Amino acid sequence: MDAGVLGSVVTVVFFILFVLIILWAFHRGNKQKFDDAANLPFREDAEDIRKPD
Amino acid sequence: MEATYNYKVVRQFAIMTVVWGIVGMLVGVILSAQLIWPTLTEALGPLAPYLSYGRIRPLHTNAVIFAFGGSALFATSLYVVQRTCQTRLLSDGLAAFVFWGWQLVIVLAAVTLPLGITTSKEYAELEWPIDILIAVVWVAYAVLFFGTIIKRKTQHIYVANWFFGAYIVTIALLHIVNSMEFPVTLTKSYSMYAGVHDAMVQWWYGHNAVGFFLTTAFLGMMYYFVPKQAGRPIFSYRLSIVHFWSLNFIYMWAGPHHLLYTALPDWAQSLGMVFSLMLIAPSWGGMMNGIMTLSGAWHKLRTDPILKFLITALSFYGMSTFEGPMMSVKTVNALSHYTEWTIGHVHSGALGWVAMISIGSLYYLIPRLFGREEMYSVKLINTHFWMSTIGVVLYIAALWIAGVAQGLMWRATNADGTLTYSFAQSVNAMYPFYTIRLIGGTLFFAGMLLMAYNVWKTVAAGKAVNDARIPEAVAA
Repeated sequence: MDAGVLGSVVTVVFFILFVLIILWAFHRGNKQKFDDAANLPFREDAEDIRKPD
Repeated sequence: MEATYNYKVVRQFAIMTVVWGIVGMLVGVILSAQLIWPTLTEALGPLAPYLSYGRIRPLHTNAVIFAFGGSALFATSLYVVQRTCQTRLLSDGLAAFVFWGWQLVIVLAAVTLPLGITTSKEYAELEWPIDILIAVVWVAYAVLFFGTIIKRKTQHIYVANWFFGAYIVTIALLHIVNSMEFPVTLTKSYSMYAGVHDAMVQWWYGHNAVGFFLTTAFLGMMYYFVPKQAGRPIFSYRLSIVHFWSLNFIYMWAGPHHLLYTALPDWAQSLGMVFSLMLIAPSWGGMMNGIMTLSGAWHKLRTDPILKFLITALSFYGMSTFEGPMMSVKTVNALSHYTEWTIGHVHSGALGWVAMISIGSLYYLIPRLFGREEMYSVKLINTHFWMSTIGVVLYIAALWIAGVAQGLMWRATNADGTLTYSFAQSVNAMYPFYTIRLIGGTLFFAGMLLMAYNVWKTVAAGKAVNDARIPEAVAA
């Protein structure tokens, strides 16, 4: 396999990988998980949770 | 013994960020004055060679990027990783080693660069013994950071840590590959690469230093401090995942745009240009994600100067990540390259984005590290904000005009094909803009002095917190 073919294969693999990442990120089933993660900076100290502005 | 966070190393790095910021920006102010008055430092007699433009220019870039920016990143990453993993750093000894090791690197840079000891590779000027020290300290930092993530008490790894992690891994890779060199003496080495390969490796390193040191890492800062200061979670966590991966997939290939119209093969130049253009998407996605976090709480921008710093930083990030891809288009680059426009673009990113997001984060961080509710004077933060903003705008506007004028003068030809202007004429046209740039830069620098005063008063009124209690985590 020469460098040109290898480069093309890697590009296609990366592209498919990236599409899969997007599907994973926006998959309905993962919503709760990501919402929990988004709240991590606030779960650290109780006083921040108590003052929701 | 109750569980605590290691605040000591965060505090050390936070204070040194302010110190190195002042030193690095002062050198910048001297440099910009030298461009107007080239004989400025000659009056120093025997000291003059050490302060000549060619020697202190790399001192300025190294000081602001690696001493100021680096210290800000160590402080914030080591704070954020503890707070969002709800666990203490892996090792206090390793943390102390990273702090003192990095300070030693900075001091060695400050000694060797004015002495003229340099590899002459831009942003990688330090000679091989210092390169080895950097690699050792960096690996220690990686062990400290990822070790802390491994022993985390939370289920998820917060997105800010992903950005910090990508920066730590990539900088190790870039530094080690680009610093491959043959030592000749203790203070002189030659690059392992030759000719155009050397140029390509150098700018693969150089642009990814921008991409991963000055962008990805500071985005990690953004993803923690913007939500904290705004009091609400990030606008879209899912967007932040796409932002992270698209930045990582694309940034690595943008380096060749530094080598347009050189001996680099044309296909590589075009590749660099295309990837640079694609970078607009993740950059703007990230910027929107940060700014939209304020959605529904815009009124806070009126009263909270820390938020002003953070959000204005994101605006400058958006501006410079639009400008950068434009400048990497070959036809635009034919005009802009080697002119003052590039310097203006760099400072729109470095002062507007990197410095302002760091300053905002530090104003959040410092009171907490000294057991205070807030900084000594919130009013002074607001004054600092306006000094910085006006300073950057003056700086970049002056250099836009200067750069375009310079580019147009260089390319102007008469009907018979001779150049319309001599090089000296284009230099002469720069003076008014250099003066405005000096004023803008001095204003930004003066803002840092104001910050130092505010920090000093906060520290004096507070008490250093070495170990902060880890609150009982609210059950997820």
